[in-house]
Amino acid sequence: MKYLAKYIKPYLIGLLALLFFVWGQSYVNLILPDYTAKIIDQGIILKNINIIWSEGTKMLLLTILGGLCTILIGFIAAKVSAGFAKRLRKAVFDKIERFSLNEFNIFSSSSLITRATNDVQQIQNVLSMMLRMSLLAPFMGIGAIIKVYQLAPSLSWIILTAICVLALMITILFLIAIPKFTIIQKMVDKLGLQIREMLTGIRVIRAYNNDQKQQLKFDKTNTELMNLNILINRLISMMQPAMTLIMGLSAVAVIWAGAYLVASGHLQIGSILALTQYVSQAIMAFLMISIIFIIIPRATVSVRRINEILSIIPEINDPAEPKHLTEKIHGLLEFKKVDFSYKGSEQAVLSDISFIAYPGQTTAIIGGTGSGKTTLLNLIPRLYDVTGGAITIDGIDIRDLPQHELREYIGYVPQKASLFSGTIKSNVAYGRPSASLTEITEAINTAQAAEFINDLADGLDSAIAQAGNNVSGGQKQRLAIARALVKKPPIFLFDDSFSALDFKTDAALRQALQNNLKTSTIIIVAQRISTIMQADNIIVLDNGKIVGQGKHQDLLTSSAVYREIAESQLSATELKKK
Amino acid sequence: MAKIVNRPFRGGSPRTLMKGKTEKAKNFKKTFKIFIKYLKPYRLKLILVLLFALAATAFTIASPKILGQMTDVIVRGLLNHNKIDFVQITKIGLGLICLYAASALFSYLQSWIMSKISQKITYSFRHNIAAKISRLPLSYFDHNEKGDIISRVTNDVETISQNLNQGLVQAITAAATVIGILIMMLIISWQMTLIALGILPLSFIFIKLIVKHSQHHYDTQQSSLGKINGHIEEMFSNHAIVKAFNGEERSINHFDDINADLYNSGWKSQFLSGLMMPLMHFISNLGYVAVAVVSGWLALMGKVSIGGIQAFIQYMNQFTQPITQTANIASVFQSTAAAAERIFEFLEEEEEKPETNNTPKIKNVRGRVEFNKINFGYFPDRPIIKDFTAQIKPKSRVAIVGPTGAGKTTIVNLLMRFYDIDSGEILIDGTNIEKMKRSDVRSLFGMVLQDTWLFNDTIAENIAFGKSGATREEIIEAAQEAQIDHLIRTMPNGYDTIISDSIDSISVGEKQLLTIARAILADAPMLILDEATSSVDTRTEILIQTAMEKLTKNRTSFVIAHRLSTIKNADLILVMQNGNIVEQGQHQELLDKKGFYYSLYNSQF
Repeated sequence: MKYLAKYIKPYLIGLLALLFFVWGQSYVNLILPDYTAKIIDQGIILKNINIIWSEGTKMLLLTILGGLCTILIGFIAAKVSAGFAKRLRKAVFDKIERFSLNEFNIFSSSSLITRATNDVQQIQNVLSMMLRMSLLAPFMGIGAIIKVYQLAPSLSWIILTAICVLALMITILFLIAIPKFTIIQKMVDKLGLQIREMLTGIRVIRAYNNDQKQQLKFDKTNTELMNLNILINRLISMMQPAMTLIMGLSAVAVIWAGAYLVASGHLQIGSILALTQYVSQAIMAFLMISIIFIIIPRATVSVRRINEILSIIPEINDPAEPKHLTEKIHGLLEFKKVDFSYKGSEQAVLSDISFIAYPGQTTAIIGGTGSGKTTLLNLIPRLYDVTGGAITIDGIDIRDLPQHELREYIGYVPQKASLFSGTIKSNVAYGRPSASLTEITEAINTAQAAEFINDLADGLDSAIAQAGNNVSGGQKQRLAIARALVKKPPIFLFDDSFSALDFKTDAALRQALQNNLKTSTIIIVAQRISTIMQADNIIVLDNGKIVGQGKHQDLLTSSAVYREIAESQLSATELKKK
Repeated sequence: MAKIVNRPFRGGSPRTLMKGKTEKAKNFKKTFKIFIKYLKPYRLKLILVLLFALAATAFTIASPKILGQMTDVIVRGLLNHNKIDFVQITKIGLGLICLYAASALFSYLQSWIMSKISQKITYSFRHNIAAKISRLPLSYFDHNEKGDIISRVTNDVETISQNLNQGLVQAITAAATVIGILIMMLIISWQMTLIALGILPLSFIFIKLIVKHSQHHYDTQQSSLGKINGHIEEMFSNHAIVKAFNGEERSINHFDDINADLYNSGWKSQFLSGLMMPLMHFISNLGYVAVAVVSGWLALMGKVSIGGIQAFIQYMNQFTQPITQTANIASVFQSTAAAAERIFEFLEEEEEKPETNNTPKIKNVRGRVEFNKINFGYFPDRPIIKDFTAQIKPKSRVAIVGPTGAGKTTIVNLLMRFYDIDSGEILIDGTNIEKMKRSDVRSLFGMVLQDTWLFNDTIAENIAFGKSGATREEIIEAAQEAQIDHLIRTMPNGYDTIISDSIDSISVGEKQLLTIARAILADAPMLILDEATSSVDTRTEILIQTAMEKLTKNRTSFVIAHRLSTIKNADLILVMQNGNIVEQGQHQELLDKKGFYYSLYNSQF
C-alpha cells in the first residue's frame, strides 16, 4: 500500500471534507423518520395542524441540506478518484517506459499492458465507488442500530437477528459460489481458446478432416459451462427473494412486538413507523457493506499487481558523471571479455566474448538458435548490461555514456520487425523526427522499400495499422531497416533482419547497404550463410562462446561448426566457389 | 495476397472496461423474429416463468397495505383506551408471513426455471457459431478478422445470456410493479398519489438533463480510454524499439496528453452520471416530506389512516426502482438485439457449396496430378492464375519457388480445395477433384506448413491429429521417424506434455518436426510441404531435412521450396511471380531460358 498512499496524499483535505459530508448525509437520512414520528404522535394523534406544518418545513430544509451533501460527495469522489487514477497511471507508465529489458521480461508485455490499463481502471472504479457509496454504509448501518436502541431497546434483537441471518446467508452463498466463479472464468477462457484454435488452425483441421472432432471438443466445454452457469445462477438468484423475505419478516416483527410496547405505554405509535424504516435502512446498509467485501478483494489483486511494478528499482541508470564522445565519433566498437547471464539463471548466455568491429567494415555473427546472437546485439544499446567485461565505443565504456547519447549512435533493426500505427512516413521518421523528406526517401530507396511504397495509392502517407499488421513480413523488415538508416548513426545493428526477404531483395539490399554505409560500423546477425559470406569478419557463436572468427574461406577450414552450417545450406559447387 | 488492406483497427476494446453506449440493431424486426425462433421450444416454461413472476410481484405489492392494517389495529386500540386487539394483530401477522414466504418462493421458482432457459439458449448460440465455422469457406476467414468472430462467441453471447437471465423478467416485473403500486396508492388516497406522481416529471427532467450533459463527457472519456489503452499496448509491445530509438520521452509526452484528456472527461462524466442516484434519492426524499405533511393533514380530516400513511410511504420507496428499470428496458432490448444481430449475421454467411452424395472416390492412389487450364483469383475481378496447365507424374517431386508474396500458398489452397477454381480442372488419377467430396480430396494429402499449427493439448494428441484413434505405439513410431522421439522424451511429461503458448521450451523447428510426425502418422498418398526458411537452427534443420526426405519418398509431393538443393532435385519447378505461375520446368531447363527463374537464381550471389 505504501506506493499507492503517495498518490492519494494530495487529496487528504478533499477526503476529510468528503467524510464530513457523508456524515451530514447519513445524519439527515437518519433524522427524517423522527420527524415523521413526531408528525404522527403530536400532530395527527393530538390533532395539532401547526406541528404538522412546522415539522414538515424542518424536514424540507433537512432534505435540501442532505441533497447538497450528496452532490458534494459525488463531486469530490469523482475528482479524487479520477485524479488519483491519472497520477497512478502516469507513474506506472513512466516506470515501465524506463524499464530495461531485464525488468521488462520479469513480466510479459501483455501482463504489463493489463496492469497499466485494466488494473488502474479497476482501482479507479473501486475507489470511486467506495468514496461515493461505501463510506455511507457504515455510518447508516451503525446509526440505524443506535436509533433503534434509543427508541426501543427491547426491539434491538429484531434488527440484530435480521442482520445475522443475512450475514450467514451471504457467507454461505459466497463460500459456495466464489470457487465456482473461478472455474467459470477458466471455462470461458478455454472456450475462447478453442474457438481461436478452430480459426487459426482451420487449414490444418480441414486438411486432416477433423472438423467433427473439434466440434465435439467445443461442445463438451460448452455443455460443462452451461451446467455450471445454471447452477451458479440458481444459487445467486436466491439472494433477491431471501432479502425481500428478511425485510418483510422484520417489519412484521417490529410492528408485532411494537404493539405490546405501545400497549404498555413504552412506545408511541409514530415511533413504530420510524422503527420499521430504521430496520430497513440498517439491512440495506449491511447489504452494501457485504458488497464492499466482495469488491475489495478484487481491487486488492490489482493493487498488488501495480505495487509489483512500482516497487521495482531500475538497474540500468545513467552514470553520475557521464562521459561524452567527441563530435567526430568513429564508431570503433570493442567487446572486451564480455560475460552475460540473465538474472536468476545459473548458466551464462555469453561468456568471454572479445572482438573488435571496425568502422567501414561488416562484422557478422552466426550460430544456431540459443547461441546468444540476439543477446549479444542487445548489449550494445544497453537493453541489457553486461555482467562481466566491458563494451567500448572509441575506447569509452558504454556504461559511462548517458543512455540517450549512446542510443543516438546506434541504428538498430530488430529480429521481429514491428511498426507503429501511423503512416509509412511517420514510421521511417521515428528514427529521427527531424529527418527531411529527401532523407526519408533516401533511406527508403536504400532499404529497397521504394518499389512497394510507390505501388500504394497513398505512397509515403499510406496508413500502417498497429504492429504493422497490414504489410507483409518482408515489407515490415524493409521499413524497419529504413527507420534505422534515416538516423544515420555511426553503428548499425542488424538482427537477422533479412530473413523475411527473398534472395533477390536480400542481395539488392546488401548491395545498397554496402554502397551507402561506407564509413559505418555494421554488425549483422544472420542464419543464412549467403547473407554474410562476404563479411569482413565472421564471428561463429556456439553456446555463448566464440568458436571461430575470420573470413568465410578461412572459417570453412578452421571452424567445424561453421562448416557444418555451410554444408547444410550451400551446394557443393557453391562451397567451392569463391 | 492483397498488399495493404485497411482493416479497421480494434484496439484494446474499451467495451470490456466500461459499459458503452448502447448499440442499435440495424434490422430490429428481422432479428427479433429469428430470436423468437430460439425461444419457441421453451414457450410453455416461459409462460410459467411469467405467471410465477406476476404472482411474486402481486404478493410483494399486497404486503405493505396489509402491514398498514396491522398498524391501524394498534392505532384503533390506542384510541380505544389502550385495548389493542392482539388476536387480530397475530392473525394479520401470520397471514403476512405466509404472504412473504409465498412471494419469495414464487420469485425463486421463476429464476430457477429462467436460469436454465437462458443458459440453454446461450449454449445453442455458441454451438451454432462453432458449427458454422466448419461450414464456411476458407475465403471467409482470410477476409475477416478472427478477433471479430471470437468476440461474437464470447462478448455477444455473454450479453444475450445476461439480458435473458435478468433483463427480460426484470422488465416484466418492473412494469407489473409500477402498475400494481399505482393501484394500491390510489386505493389509499388519490390526493397523496397526485403528489407522489407530481414528483415523477421532476425526476424525469433531472435524468434527461444529466444524461444529456454526461453523454458527451462519457463519449470523450471512452475515446480517450481507447486511445490511452492503444498507446500503452503499442509502446509496451515495442519496448526494445522505443528504447533503442530514444522514444521514451516522446512516448511519455504523448501519454501525458491523452491522460490529461482522460482525467478531464473522466471526472466530469463520473460526477454527472454519479449524480443520478443521489438526485433520485433527493427527489424521493422531497416526495417523502410532501407526503408526510399532506398525509398528516389528511389524517387529521380522517381521510387516511396511520396504517395507510405507513403503507403509502413504503410504496413510494418501492416506486422509484421499477421506474428506472422500466426506463432501462429499451436499452436492454437494444443491446440484446444488437448482439443477437451480429450473431445471426454470422450464422447467415454464405456456406461452402453443399456436396452431392454421388461422389467418386479414388482407391489405390497412384498420385498423378493434372492441372488443366486453371483460372483462379481470390477476388472475382482480380484473376491471378491464368490458364495454368501442368502434368505431374506419380511419385514425382514438385518445387514451388518465387519471391516472398508471390502467392506460393495459392497452389496449396487449390489442391486441398480450400478454394475452388474459377474455371478449368484439377485431376488426380484422372478424377476431377471438384466432383469429389472435399474431405476425400483432403485425405489424399499430408500437409506440413511453415506456420506449424499445434493446439493446446498433449504432444501425443497433437501427433495423433492426423489419424483419429491412433495407438500410443503408432504415435511413438511416427515421432521416431520424424526424429523427435528423443526430444519429446526429455520433456517433463514426455508425450503427455501439454503444448501451450506459454511454453517456449519447444522451438519453431521442433514444432515443425511435430507436424512432420503428424503427417507421417496420417500416411496420406501425397504430400504438401513448406520448407523452413530462416528461424530454424542448423542442427534442427538437418533433422527436418532428413525427416522430410523420408516422408516424400514414394509419394507425389509439392514443396514450397527455399533451399537450392531441394529445388535442383525437383522433377518439376513451378516458378511464381505476382500470384501467377510464370515458368515451369526443370532446373537446368529453366536456367537456359534466361527468364525470371534465371534472375531469381542468380540474384542470390
